[in-house]
Amino acid sequence: MANVLVFAEARGSELRKVALEAVTAARALADASGGGEVHALLAGPPGIGAQAEKLAAYGADKVIVVESPDFARFARESLAATVSDRAKAGGYRAVVLGFSSQGRDLGPRIAARLDAPIASDVTEIAVTGETLTVKHPGYANKVTMTLVITGSPVVLSVRPSAFTPRESAKAGTVEQGQASPASGATVTVKDVVEGAKGRPDLGEASIIVSGGRGLKAKENFKLIEDLADAFGNAAVGATRAVTDDGWRPHSDQIGQTGRQVSPQLYVAVGISGAIQHLAGMRTSKTIVAINKDKEAPIFKVADYGIVGDVLEVIPALTAAVKAAKQH
Amino acid sequence: MKIAVCIKRTPDSESRFKIAASGAAIDETGLKFDMDDFAGYAVEAALQLNEKAGGGETVVYALGPDSVQESLRKAMSMGADRAVHLKADAVPADGIAVARALAAELKAGGYDLVLFGKHAFDTSAGVIGTATAELLGVPCVTAASALSVANGKGEARRELEGAAELVEFPLPAVVTIDEGVARPRYPSLKGIMAAKKKPLESKPAQLGTIRITVQKMELPPERPAGRILGEGVAAVPELVKLLQTEAKVL
Ligand SMILES: Cc1cc2nc3c(=O)[nH]c(=O)nc-3n(C[C@H](O)[C@H](O)[C@H](O)COP(=O)(O)OP(=O)(O)OC[C@H]3O[C@@H](n4cnc5c(N)ncnc54)[C@H](O)[C@@H]3O)c2cc1C
Ligand SMILES: Nc1ncnc2c1ncn2[C@@H]1O[C@H](COP(=O)(O)O)[C@@H](O)[C@H]1O
Repeated sequence: MANVLVFAEARGSELRKVALEAVTAARALADASGGGEVHALLAGPPGIGAQAEKLAAYGADKVIVVESPDFARFARESLAATVSDRAKAGGYRAVVLGFSSQGRDLGPRIAARLDAPIASDVTEIAVTGETLTVKHPGYANKVTMTLVITGSPVVLSVRPSAFTPRESAKAGTVEQGQASPASGATVTVKDVVEGAKGRPDLGEASIIVSGGRGLKAKENFKLIEDLADAFGNAAVGATRAVTDDGWRPHSDQIGQTGRQVSPQLYVAVGISGAIQHLAGMRTSKTIVAINKDKEAPIFKVADYGIVGDVLEVIPALTAAVKAAKQH
Repeated sequence: MKIAVCIKRTPDSESRFKIAASGAAIDETGLKFDMDDFAGYAVEAALQLNEKAGGGETVVYALGPDSVQESLRKAMSMGADRAVHLKADAVPADGIAVARALAAELKAGGYDLVLFGKHAFDTSAGVIGTATAELLGVPCVTAASALSVANGKGEARRELEGAAELVEFPLPAVVTIDEGVARPRYPSLKGIMAAKKKPLESKPAQLGTIRITVQKMELPPERPAGRILGEGVAAVPELVKLLQTEAKVL
């Protein structure tokens, strides 16, 4: 039997989807290790405890709620201390968290504090006796590695969207926990600048419309926005050529050095399909490409391609998608 | 300022990879190697910070076999002052073990700032910088997309999902570098000549227990060849129909 601790990520007073995915991964790990419990540590500003039920409904046997005004913002040192102190006290087999911007930051801190090995961006977990085996895409998604991890505890950060949250019939309990203070000098959050409202995050969107240099001018990204609106709840992405030119913020960049995404539908508009761009989107379920050059490499990975001028094709596509959604 | 930058030698990201006969590594024949992309940004960021401060020292560190000296020389040809090679037969897949060896070495260095890439191209893990900061007991900003230092204080920007965070931190500190901070310069001929004479110290790495090993490497399945539906606006109805009936996303 082996218990697993989950860091249930929240931003402000909102629980993140990756928290439920981490609980799902932890549940599978606990079950495969001879049936242990999953404990989810939910840390946030006062009131975050209201989210505990949701974690229990997705398979957490116990939710440990830690409320502190400090957690209104990303108090990295205190969060790392709180999770690792709990992990030490509870004698867990593993600590599981999401490979999100928070999880990427906290995972190695927790591992170093526990002197535990850490595997990042994990897509599959298997258990054989005392040995854990995980899959992890390396080389910017070009190589799938199978890693063998010995020792206990271990820290695993799981790739967003790799584990589908599953509801559980078991009822979980809730208890209150204590925040551990940061020791030593800390990083202070001065401000959080919110991005464009009303669009899902690139990592969570099921449809992404992405634009490249083929759009010719910053203003023409309006066409991309319009198409995203026509699809409904779609996110907008960009190539590095576009973020370098300041047409879009760096946070919209998809690719090897940007975000890695895997939506149901990825629409590449005026994008050549450079290998570094493909590294960020080639695992999308369906890929559509619109490019005026029929030799563009993007067509090699696109399920459906249209050869043509995006300035003409996109408005027509937007209209047709709108019409289709009305039926 | 005294700035250390930890760099890794990785294969060129544009390469087409093949798996080695062992099944647990990539086949290195014919591959080009260079310092990893984000570590390159970190070297440039260090050089620019010291140029702006009007002095200081930039020291580069790499752990691995003798071949990593090539990347250290490259960093010195860009302008780093000296280099430290921590010798090991191979770079272990266990990031905590690497962090331990780097921290043991950096501890006595008296650095104001230690920079890392946000993650290495090959491991795509993003562990070593942050773990090293914990082991050194100094504040750490991860994945900075902008960085400045003034009056013993650093400021950085980090991209979050759908937002950005502006942070402030005291020195000494560790920062891991995302894209956006600086694009690496090309070494000048003068820089390349000068680098040959700059000090490169080599000593054994203090790697402890290694708890993560690579059992297997595989290439992900190729995407099946797609189809071009047609040209221009005329192809739009067919596309929308396929999105409805075949892809089922509409
Ligand atoms: C270390 C490194 C890391 C990198 N990381 C990333 C990354 O994370 N993400 C990323 O995207 N890139 C990255 N790049 C850059 C990458 O190599 C390409 O330069 C970039 O992706 C090209 O962007 P693009 O497709 O918008 O532009 P281009 O390559 O210029 O392509 C524009 C395309 O638009 C088409 N076009 C032009 N006009 C029209 C029109 N009117 N109608 C239709 N089509 C038109 C052209 O045929 C062309 O195919 C990286 C590069 C390096 C070296
Ligand atoms: N063998 C190494 N020697 C020195 N620095 C390294 C080494 N491996 C990784 N790094 C640094 O740590 C960063 C993150 O690596 P990783 O945790 O493997 O993703 C890299 O971008 C480098 O800056």
